[in-house]
Amino acid sequence: MTRKSGLLAAGGVTIVAALAVALLLMWKPAIAPVSPPAQDAFDARTKLAGARVVALGDCIVCHTAKGGKPFAGGLPLVTPFGTIYATNITPDVKTGIGAWSLEAFTRAMRHGVARDGHLLYPAFPYVHFTRISDDDIAAAYAYLMTREPIDATPPANQLMFPLNFRPLLAFWNVLFLRPGAQPPDASKDVEWNRGKLLVDGLGHCASCHSPLNAIGGEKSGHAFDGGIVDGWEAPALNAPGAAPKPWTKEQLVAYLRTGRASEHGAAAGPMLPVTRDLATVPEADVRSIATYLLSIQKPHAVSGAEATRAASTVGSPEAQRGAMLFAASCAQCHGPAAPMQSIGERPTLAFSTAVNAATPRNAIQMILSGNGWHGEDSMNYMPAFAQIYNDQQIADLASYIRAAYSQRGPWTDVEAAVVKVRKENNAR
Amino acid sequence: MINLTVNGVQHALDIDPSTPLLYALRNDLQLHGAKFGCGLGQCGACTVIVDGEAAFSCLIPVGSIGRKPVRTIEGLGTIEHPGPLQKAFIEHQAVQCGYCIAGMIMRAQALLDRNPRPTERELLEHMEPNLCRCGTHTRILAAIREVAHLQAADAPRENPPLAASPGGAQ
Repeated sequence: MTRKSGLLAAGGVTIVAALAVALLLMWKPAIAPVSPPAQDAFDARTKLAGARVVALGDCIVCHTAKGGKPFAGGLPLVTPFGTIYATNITPDVKTGIGAWSLEAFTRAMRHGVARDGHLLYPAFPYVHFTRISDDDIAAAYAYLMTREPIDATPPANQLMFPLNFRPLLAFWNVLFLRPGAQPPDASKDVEWNRGKLLVDGLGHCASCHSPLNAIGGEKSGHAFDGGIVDGWEAPALNAPGAAPKPWTKEQLVAYLRTGRASEHGAAAGPMLPVTRDLATVPEADVRSIATYLLSIQKPHAVSGAEATRAASTVGSPEAQRGAMLFAASCAQCHGPAAPMQSIGERPTLAFSTAVNAATPRNAIQMILSGNGWHGEDSMNYMPAFAQIYNDQQIADLASYIRAAYSQRGPWTDVEAAVVKVRKENNAR
Repeated sequence: MINLTVNGVQHALDIDPSTPLLYALRNDLQLHGAKFGCGLGQCGACTVIVDGEAAFSCLIPVGSIGRKPVRTIEGLGTIEHPGPLQKAFIEHQAVQCGYCIAGMIMRAQALLDRNPRPTERELLEHMEPNLCRCGTHTRILAAIREVAHLQAADAPRENPPLAASPGGAQ
């Protein structure tokens, strides 16, 4: 054998081996279908535990379309790679997970693989759910399999090539999935460990509150540094300086369970439904989450945006125009002597995270969309102004509110930001 | 001076630009159809049409309106010649105390102007912001359905109604 042909042979073997590994990674066997478990197949205690797990995992938020049946899927999630529609996780055999055994459900939660062996998109946060215990997975299974089966097929995903070829997700998983439950940290107490497990696992907080890299994985080393989801900024969870007043544990617990905190403000956008879920779980779970989150705060460095503003910004032309809009549209609730603050104990805009944020994005979203009615918990209602005001007017309003209520420097290019956010919202 | 075009008539008013449109309509133009309900954009009694959109007039400063045309219930018809929605509201006796009705009709008008044949679901979603404290929503919706050529609520149809939503016009 010549040296050249030896090299060729070695290269060939390497390629074949690489292909074999790739195939092994990409190919997952189907798990045999089962007939759906009977309604009485699970005891009440397990189902109750499952309700808590499913609430802590916010499953219903993504797996329910607007105006749709609970857990029947169909909600679009817009990603930089295209639109993914949430699946039907009711126990319907044809369109849901009715034929899934506990084994298949567990594999999906821990490895992101569907019963029939196809790989699930990481919009489903299995990189986080993989951390939770077998008991929690079994309880969630018991709860979901005893919901009303709904015959509903979500719309087909619209993803760009080559991401519409699911087997490639195997390589994504090599990079970002570390399967398995999370062992507790013996140096920390039970509440902290429970909180870490809820935040990293079921709660999958980092899915929204971390920046994503070019291929949609959470940027390593930047967990909880803040991200963007559904056109809203998910603020950093580890930056005490983000809010004008530091969060206390009591405020954090109140915020997560009621969507409202004194000295901070009201939950809105994609966070609002999360607080509705957390309102249904035991307070101890939320206290654990708060304990853990307060333990991951980075040292507070004053950034440029936090530097005290020049005293004249309220007098800028855009802020003056904004003041006129504010007087008629906002002051009834947000003005100095408004009953909502004096009687309703709502905090002033001066404490608002959106008003004090580095970018105007959430303030713009809030003005554009408001907070809609939601059944009996309509306490955070705010009317929407998207139809009433043009881009410049929304920008004027945001600039005025920033100048009048925040101690931080003015936002720049606010109108361009309004145009951008509106465009994103309309495309959604 | 503030220039306002209301029901096709131009007005020049010497009022503060931050005055809510509702106050200008009622106090300066003597158009008393739109009502002050909550003053917070929560009830819809003040609803008028601004540039084709149903809007809470209690929340809009007159200085922000510019050339956009404003329509109020006075622009839809008269006592002698009520407009189609007004006529249907009378026929269905959709009024109990009547306080919300001008707002209800204007919100419905905005929908029908844009889409004369809405679906049941579109109708319910569109009317949700407006509240009737007397509870005549079933008659209000029946009146709008008549003008929108929609079948009665109990007849079978393609789009099932939304789940009941307290705070909405169900």
